[in-house]
Amino acid sequence: MAQVTLNKVRKVYPNGAEALEPSTFTIPDGELCVLVGPSGCGKSTMLRMVAGLEDVTEGEISIGDRVVNDIDPADRNIAMVFQNYALYPHMTVARNMGYGLKNRGMDKGQIAEKVREAAQMLNLTEFLDRKPSQLSGGQRQRVAMGRAIVREPDLFLFDEPLSNLDAKLRNQMRIEIRALQRRLGTTAMYVTHDQVEAMTMADRIIVLSNGHIEQIGTPAEIYSNPASTFVAAFMGAPPMNLLNAEAGQGRVTLPGGEIVPQAGVNGHAGAVTVGIRPEDVMPSPQGDLTFNVDIIEELGAQRLLHGQMAGQAFSVAVPKDQEAATGEMRLALKPGAVHLFDADEGRRLG
Amino acid sequence: MADITQTRVQATTRTTTRKRIRWDHIADHAILIAGALLMLVPVYMVFATSSWDPITIHREGMQFGFGDRLAENYDAALFEYGGFTDSVNGMTMLANSLILGLGFAIGKIIVGMMAAYAIVYFRLKFATLAFWMIFTTLLLPLEVRILPSYEVISWMNLGNTYTGLIVPLIASATATFFFRQFFRSVPEELIEAARIDGAGPVKFFIDILVPLSKTMIAAMFIIMFVFGWNQYLWPTLITTDESLFTLVRGIRQIVQSYADGSETPDYGQAAALAIIAMTPPVLIVVFFQSWFVKGLTESDK
Ligand SMILES: Nc1ncnc2c1ncn2[C@@H]1O[C@H](COP(=O)(O)OP(=O)(O)O)[C@@H](O)[C@H]1O
Ligand SMILES: [Mg+2]
Repeated sequence: MAQVTLNKVRKVYPNGAEALEPSTFTIPDGELCVLVGPSGCGKSTMLRMVAGLEDVTEGEISIGDRVVNDIDPADRNIAMVFQNYALYPHMTVARNMGYGLKNRGMDKGQIAEKVREAAQMLNLTEFLDRKPSQLSGGQRQRVAMGRAIVREPDLFLFDEPLSNLDAKLRNQMRIEIRALQRRLGTTAMYVTHDQVEAMTMADRIIVLSNGHIEQIGTPAEIYSNPASTFVAAFMGAPPMNLLNAEAGQGRVTLPGGEIVPQAGVNGHAGAVTVGIRPEDVMPSPQGDLTFNVDIIEELGAQRLLHGQMAGQAFSVAVPKDQEAATGEMRLALKPGAVHLFDADEGRRLG
Repeated sequence: MADITQTRVQATTRTTTRKRIRWDHIADHAILIAGALLMLVPVYMVFATSSWDPITIHREGMQFGFGDRLAENYDAALFEYGGFTDSVNGMTMLANSLILGLGFAIGKIIVGMMAAYAIVYFRLKFATLAFWMIFTTLLLPLEVRILPSYEVISWMNLGNTYTGLIVPLIASATATFFFRQFFRSVPEELIEAARIDGAGPVKFFIDILVPLSKTMIAAMFIIMFVFGWNQYLWPTLITTDESLFTLVRGIRQIVQSYADGSETPDYGQAAALAIIAMTPPVLIVVFFQSWFVKGLTESDK
């Protein structure tokens, strides 16, 4: 068990690309921390530096109370699960899981015992003698998990472990991984580009964009207080609506002249971005805002209404029992629905 | 997906129901049959000839029918001692050829795998340069550098030894090249997983890379064995001691006696020896052909 600390860790690849700007954070012992961001933002780079598969350009990485910058991956007491499983194709499931233990000189009986335990935990007992090629994608992913847990590491590292699975299996494995990590109490870093995975699994989320950390927080914090327009648009499905608006005289005005209620301006004046989540508005004849519905999308539990507000794209989510039709309607805001961002840099205001 | 399956089913039913003779197919087959005959008839003729006595062959040339000396010829070819020193028979030569073929194939695979491993997996300063230098040797088979190689071997006093016979042949790039291509196709994650699992370079090579290369090794082995077995020029040059003669070399020796004018060469025995020389490579290819095809085509990694 161990906490993980990155201290001003930076990565520049030999070709000169800065994949990670200096980043500092701590993951407390036993937490599952999700690194989320669009593809190419540096998530894998960060994870691979923690694993020791990639050199650290600047800064310090500690696992527990040990600085690991110069320690070999094998000696960091970590285990990693890869996107394409990376199982040894010529070894049986049992040998795949036991290989790391064998290399550490553990005796055969003990290895067999640990492998059996892990297999039981993961429902793999009947597959122990099979080769990876004789397993389904989900089973292979379980074997990869098994390989990680038999080692009883201080830290689990997951690099998009569910991306190769179909949607249904992904949901199921998501829950399994979460439950397993809770049960073992092992600290984990989990990389994904899928914000749903991030929201549902994380104790703590780190949102990355273009090599820098946009925000660190619990899923609830990130959802209700996004630190920037990037986070606001990236986290949450359907994504938050972002509207260009003007602040002045203590209020925020949309291009058509409508005033956005609830918006505290804090003396800010000039161009701003207004963020409103689709689920934070509701149709209401007395509403303050005009919304033109173009398209209705049925999702079953809810309906998405896509259209225009003040000439800009806008979406609204309504519960399934609420009637909806295309054309003009009025919207009221739920309390705390308005997020205000700086128009140039996208930083949160207030 | 469903569409594809459907069209495929239709296609097969069409070919099975309509058994019309297709004229362009006949042409194709004619070419194939002609080619096969071109390859097989000489083999058959050698086999038929190997059942005749030397006088008949000398007078009438190669034979199409079978004579009555089959057993005697093969027995003589295998067990009768011959040569100037009477120290070599067919079995000795068979053993020598086997040693050359095996030594060459195994040596080449080991050297090739290790060189490829170094080039692909280690950040060597001049890895690319080294690879291209090795690659250039593909253009320089032994026959091209045969005189300097001979110089070196005789300078090292390795003439008339198995070492001298085998080692210079091993020095070329084919195996290195194939293994390099293969290793490069092994997914990066597998190496990383092994690193985290605590497998050092040697363990990774032996535990993971070698088993993964199994089919590739088999394919290489077949090619290299046959190549080594069929060597003629180099063994002729490097071995003067008859007890080191290979089969291919021995066939020449029998025919040679005619040129020496000493006696009528035993053509029947020579033909028998030729058949014996052909058999092991053919057997190896037949037995390992499924591995062979797998090694060259499969990408199950
Ligand atoms: N080995 C490398 N050499 C140079 N640039 C790299 C290398 N690996 C990744 N990058 C670059 O670093 C950035 C971050 O990559 P990565 O961490 O893999 O992103 P993610 O996992 O978030 O998709 C990308 O712009 C990528 O092109
Ligand atoms: Mg990645």
